[in-house]
Amino acid sequence: MKLELRGLAPGTRLGVLAGLGRSGTRAMEVPGCLLYTHCGSVPHLTHDTLDALGRLPAVTQLPLATVAEHQEVLEAFREGAAKLAGLHDTVLFCSLQDPAAPCPAGYNTSKSVSLWSAAGRIELTVPKYVAMQAAVRPDWYQSLADGDAQPAGSSLKRVRRSVERTLTHLDECVLLHQKTAELVGAELFGVVEGADVREERVRSARETAKRPVGGFVLDGFQSGVMDQALRAQLIAAVTAELPRDKPRLVLGVGRPDQVLSCVEGGVDLFEGFFPFVATERGCALCFRFAMEPDPESAVQEQNGVTEDGGSSRTEDPEHQDLQQMTRFEMNLNDRRYRDDLRPLVVGCGCYCCRNHSRAYLHHLLVTKELLAGVLLMLHNVSHYSSFFSSVREALATDRLETLKSVVLGV
Amino acid sequence: FSGRAIAGAPLVLRILAECPVSKARACDMTLPHCTVNTPVFMPVGTQGTMKGVTAEQLENLGCQICLGNTYHLGMRPGPELIEKAKGLHGFMNWRRSLLTDSGGFQMVSLVELSQVTEEGVKFRSPYDNKEILLSPEQSIAIQNSLGSDIMMQLDDVVSSTVTGPRVEEAMRRSIRWLDRCIAANRNPESQNLFAIIQGGLNSELRHICLEEMTKRDVPGFAIGGLSGGEEKDDFWKMVTLSTDHLPREKPRYLMGVGYAVDLVVCVALGCDMFDCVFPTRTARFGSALVPWGSLQLKHKQYAKDFQPIDPECTCPTCRRHSRAYLHALLKCDTAALHHITIHNISYQLSLMQSVRQSIIDGCFPQFVRAFMDRMFPSREQYPRWAVDALASVGITLN
Repeated sequence: MKLELRGLAPGTRLGVLAGLGRSGTRAMEVPGCLLYTHCGSVPHLTHDTLDALGRLPAVTQLPLATVAEHQEVLEAFREGAAKLAGLHDTVLFCSLQDPAAPCPAGYNTSKSVSLWSAAGRIELTVPKYVAMQAAVRPDWYQSLADGDAQPAGSSLKRVRRSVERTLTHLDECVLLHQKTAELVGAELFGVVEGADVREERVRSARETAKRPVGGFVLDGFQSGVMDQALRAQLIAAVTAELPRDKPRLVLGVGRPDQVLSCVEGGVDLFEGFFPFVATERGCALCFRFAMEPDPESAVQEQNGVTEDGGSSRTEDPEHQDLQQMTRFEMNLNDRRYRDDLRPLVVGCGCYCCRNHSRAYLHHLLVTKELLAGVLLMLHNVSHYSSFFSSVREALATDRLETLKSVVLGV
Repeated sequence: FSGRAIAGAPLVLRILAECPVSKARACDMTLPHCTVNTPVFMPVGTQGTMKGVTAEQLENLGCQICLGNTYHLGMRPGPELIEKAKGLHGFMNWRRSLLTDSGGFQMVSLVELSQVTEEGVKFRSPYDNKEILLSPEQSIAIQNSLGSDIMMQLDDVVSSTVTGPRVEEAMRRSIRWLDRCIAANRNPESQNLFAIIQGGLNSELRHICLEEMTKRDVPGFAIGGLSGGEEKDDFWKMVTLSTDHLPREKPRYLMGVGYAVDLVVCVALGCDMFDCVFPTRTARFGSALVPWGSLQLKHKQYAKDFQPIDPECTCPTCRRHSRAYLHALLKCDTAALHHITIHNISYQLSLMQSVRQSIIDGCFPQFVRAFMDRMFPSREQYPRWAVDALASVGITLN
């Protein structure tokens, strides 16, 4: 795996992660987001509907939490989770927790980390964890990490302990990784902890960077756990300690404004769960990310007519939890869409917008039909992917500030 | 679309082959939106959606016609919106043929305290508690707005387990309602109105209904009032009685039938079209249909079974996924239901394709024997009603 960065203004990162996968032939543009799955399937989608999305991210994310209860099956299968899930041609990143599911704190010990799966809590020591990863056979995976110390109300002692434990787990992972045949060729990512304590963040980053890891996972910055201003500061402090030529992935950040802030702070990769959480509440992503003003909507705005659909909120609460609708979405459950025969987002080329109307989506939600999830997921993944293309374009043409104002609608 | 051979005739039936032994036929039925090959199984997309399957996926499976439900769509989102969206075809973006039922069955089976009078069916809307009357005229008006290729008359539905004078009353009223439906149809040039033969399990009443309804100039006939919990022995006798007295050159639609054995037998008895929620509904319970029965994929026995549902099936699910994966996925994402729905629809459509081909090739009786042999572990387990029904049309299973 090799990260090829373009020579841009210091602090901005734009490039390609090449040489990916066991074959070494896949590549992923950064900044980028991973394709989020449950147990190897993009939520709601079968392979055909997934195909309708066109170009998919090269790297697929499998949260271990969504597949942990099937370890025995994977071991009997002997060819890894990607193959079992029918994901033949992808690069698989296995993270620990599911970013879209709650992870109650307080269960981690010095020797184990608790994983929250559909079948309940699973306690993992490093050997058990590595054995699970051996069954999954990922291309990348994160080390076992103690992410328990949530900023609000964590004592300094607890924060230090989580950094210590995480480093200890990493060292043990490195050793076991080297002895595990199924993980030959897989990249191990170290995890940076430290909650909201700058000193601990820096320490965690420096120490993790000394280990033989392929990349870095930034934990404890999840939306809803930390506010944007603090996140921005701490991420900058962390990435300053990390080698330039290894990728940095932040866990649990999906809201477009927070993504942009993390990109500015030197993050390369994001979990792609935001389209899914929007889908689950019957919402379609509709925020703008086109940097060239669209003539029609410019006229409309001049005439005081705003694009119907977005929330009228101009801000979202900092510690917003995942269940709440953001200003980047439109809620198709709303009665105002009952008769609206326009596509979700005018000009969007996704399967849903090419073939269906807001009225139809509204109908599907009102009647609680399964197709609602399918169509919304198709739109949301497509919209989000296109947003990331726009991020890369903005970086390439030095227009990140313009993109920020477009996305925030200011 | 240039499929219409005769101007003003929105349905043209071409009989390609007839089984020399049984009453089975293979036909091409040309409708305004596309030609449908029969015998055909029509999946049911009740509320303007085939559950988790997109219109494109359904098309790719080879489906030529599916069902929408007048009662449900009439309630939500309502005919005005659908008409504005260019009919049900436009609303759900389905380019091929659509059949809508009248709403009569749902009236009786779903809605509590519905009251049938000569006027129509009176009931209370479950959504806003308002009292509504579904008359023949209203049902046809809604179906005209939906724009389906085939519409069903509003019939006075009684359960097949009901006996006594109510059965005759319902049969006679259905005839009168048929005439009102015919008169109410705004689009006779582009929408086909089918009659529904009633009469319960009473041969005399069925005869009367057949005699009367076949006097009306409708493009097709459905056999109704069956598949409602009656004895299979009574069921098949009414089916074969009906096809004996329906015109050869018009399609015969047996409503509510979808189990594989029932389909094969009723094709032998002369039926062309079938619909049933069973294959798509059972999929959502994790049950996959196969030529030898069904697999309950939620069962532990499939946890490490790395074969596809059916190694010989060519559907998208079987080409890519194993029973083990589906078993695991069933615990964590709705996509599992879609995979199984796709497989079950494919199974039904392939079955009918094979049935049709065997009729065209002149080997339908052999097909039936092979089918039964695959489906049941031994001859002793062949359902007696099926053996009798097939024997009645010259197909012996020995």
